[in-house]
Amino acid sequence: METELERHANRIEALARSLGLDYYPVDFEVAPASLMTEIAVYGLPVRMPHWSFGVRYIHQLVRQSMGNSKIFEVMFPGDPARAFLMDANSVAENSLVVAHVLGHADFAKNNSLFARFHAMQGGNIVEQAAAHAHRIQLAIEANGMERVEGVLDAALALESHVDIAGELHRARYPEFVPEKAAARPSEFHQRFQTLPGESRPEALPIGPLRARVPPHPEYDLLWFIAHYAPELEQWERDIFLMVRAESLYFYPVFACQVMNEGWASYWHARLLREADFLPQSLYLSAMKAHSDVVRPFASDGQTALAVNPYHLGFTIWEDIVEKHGIDHAFRVRREEDDFGFVRNWLDRDLAEQSGLFVYETHPGDEIRVASRELDAVREAILAPKYNYGAPRVAVAEMGNDASLVLAHDAASDGRGLDPRRGKKVLEYVRRVWRRPVRLQTVNERAEPVELAA
Amino acid sequence: MIRIAAETPWYDLFSRGARDWLRHNQKVREAVKGGLPELLAGADLMTGSTNKTVVVPVKFMEHARLRLADASVQQGAGQGRGEPGEILQPGREPGADARQGGTGDGEIRFVVELKVDEIVDWLWEELKLPELKPRRSATMDEPDFVREGWNRRGARSRLDRRRTLKESIKRKAVQQDAVAIIDDDLRFRQLVKRASPAMNAAVIFALDVSGSMDDAQRRLAKQFFFFALQGIRRQYAKVETVFLAHAAQAWEFEESQFFQASSSGGTVSSSVARLTLETMAKRYDQGRFNTYFFYASDGENAAEDRDEARAALGDIAAQVNYAGYVETGGVATFRPRETQLAEIFAELKTAGCPVGTSHLGCQDDVWSAIREFFSQEQQRGD
Repeated sequence: METELERHANRIEALARSLGLDYYPVDFEVAPASLMTEIAVYGLPVRMPHWSFGVRYIHQLVRQSMGNSKIFEVMFPGDPARAFLMDANSVAENSLVVAHVLGHADFAKNNSLFARFHAMQGGNIVEQAAAHAHRIQLAIEANGMERVEGVLDAALALESHVDIAGELHRARYPEFVPEKAAARPSEFHQRFQTLPGESRPEALPIGPLRARVPPHPEYDLLWFIAHYAPELEQWERDIFLMVRAESLYFYPVFACQVMNEGWASYWHARLLREADFLPQSLYLSAMKAHSDVVRPFASDGQTALAVNPYHLGFTIWEDIVEKHGIDHAFRVRREEDDFGFVRNWLDRDLAEQSGLFVYETHPGDEIRVASRELDAVREAILAPKYNYGAPRVAVAEMGNDASLVLAHDAASDGRGLDPRRGKKVLEYVRRVWRRPVRLQTVNERAEPVELAA
Repeated sequence: MIRIAAETPWYDLFSRGARDWLRHNQKVREAVKGGLPELLAGADLMTGSTNKTVVVPVKFMEHARLRLADASVQQGAGQGRGEPGEILQPGREPGADARQGGTGDGEIRFVVELKVDEIVDWLWEELKLPELKPRRSATMDEPDFVREGWNRRGARSRLDRRRTLKESIKRKAVQQDAVAIIDDDLRFRQLVKRASPAMNAAVIFALDVSGSMDDAQRRLAKQFFFFALQGIRRQYAKVETVFLAHAAQAWEFEESQFFQASSSGGTVSSSVARLTLETMAKRYDQGRFNTYFFYASDGENAAEDRDEARAALGDIAAQVNYAGYVETGGVATFRPRETQLAEIFAELKTAGCPVGTSHLGCQDDVWSAIREFFSQEQQRGD
């Protein structure tokens, strides 16, 4: 027996296909608000246990009870994609959510960044994460909560430190490098050798050399620790690699947030607008839900110290479709991520129309508008997204005592690391590395300093 | 074809968020326990009732990540009106309440309320400390009136209503047209004089407040005193405390002023030892009180006072259940290998007196000092 929502959903889907959306099948499921909250906190329906999720959970509950955030929908790209609808939403709201999810599903199948990670990981992250959680449960039974928690403390603290350009399954460094070819003798030497009485000493081959570890600064900290920690047990390595796999899965969502939410919002608006089969009253309440979602945080002469990604993305996509047509929009959704999207498609008119600005917080918490320059606005929007939102920290070397030396690239980040947190993270890492761990960064006067644990 | 699966019924039954939240709280409690000595020594808890509670405000634990240090000027993207240079939020006046500056994470706080009694119970289990034993000797017996048996006559105030009613019921069961209560039903409790072992304890704390004792050293002494007292409280019904401080002279103080007292004079330990002896003679009859003497000092006593201090401390050690000496002072500071007071106490110990010595250099030493003291008491008791 088809429910009212299913009837609407099927007709919306037929419309979406006819308008050119292309996606893997989507499995929808109705879930209670409590589960929706947990999915928002954990990022996945079933995920490994860790006390830090408990803290986020309470924060989320507090925010919800203050009415600051309502979760409408969560969707996991994959083949099939999985989407959860909240049971407390009205039929109108959930019809909107179905249309929104179809937009996401199209984006996830066609965007090149999503597609690359999909090809690497397969389309069943929800099941994989559940399997990870199960394996961690087994590890807890075998090794005790304390030890597993220690490993998770370290792995989750380094969650964002993965090589997003690299592969999911990555081989170890080659153990040996070929002997360096002898330098080509200079012209002078060549002539010198030919002088009477000079003979060239015969260079004996040395054979292959053991490669330095790491051969270059290694930014994939989770991968490096998993493979090169001197005394890591198998289950500990397993945990590091699980966290890394989940982290890689989250990257496209993170790096395309504005584009992806904007695209889904564009499509739910358009699908509902063109769905003449929907009852008038349902259309009206769905549109009301739409305007709640894509509303700029600032309205009626107010200002907001944040930008609503739904609104920003929606505005840019409408502009692209209006000026260049829908086919061009399909191309943009295939090729860009947020960096390209904001830099190439957020133009002066849009920025002005949306009232975007850069603000500065001065010591003493004075906040003032700093600039309305287009470039500055773009960079301020993108700044939290660089390098997966984490400072650039690489493995610099492994000492003779197998100690780990990490180096922070303070020059490209502009300033040093927060020493208190840095030290804490080193303490987590030391427990799995089991040898001294050091981290080079700079202090507030830009002098080099070293944290150690 | 879109299929929308109905709600899976067990989603409501299990909350992973709540599970991880409980785990977080468990970790918070453990962390709080670790910081207990520091926490408890903060308030004037020693003389108060043991029903007191300590309320500990705790922040959420933070799972640290690598983060850039805060820039002096932070940037972000916003939306709305306002020209460059326009102030959106005025800064705080210098010196204004700084607490409002918090952003995001630190704002939700909760408190853990701990009963002093429970904390001490927990500590004793954790440290596996033995219980103290009162001194067993004939002189310790204290005559006391105890209830024993019933009689048909007695003072009105000792009427046992329950027993009286029972008698009345028994009688009414065999009588006809019985009256409710007659004189024969009345039962009065009897008192008998018995000797019972004394369960009173007096604890005398002596603290060196001369100039060489700094705040950190006093805080350590205070922590040690606190836990030593709690341990004694667990055993005795009634515990009296005396606080004596000394430099060149010794005075008695209230607890509230005890740890603030300070003097710039030299150190003459015999002064406090003599005051202790006087106090004991005056107020705490050896036959009725289990006496404990705890002395905290940095050990630097005036050289010419040595013999007198040795004699007076020897007298104390002969009279008390136990005398504990804790020497404060960091390991880093230059100090002779063995201070005068440490030597005196070591001599007393070799002579078989019930004394113990310990060194307090840092927080953790408080525990070892407590453990040392209580396990020695145990050995002596056996």
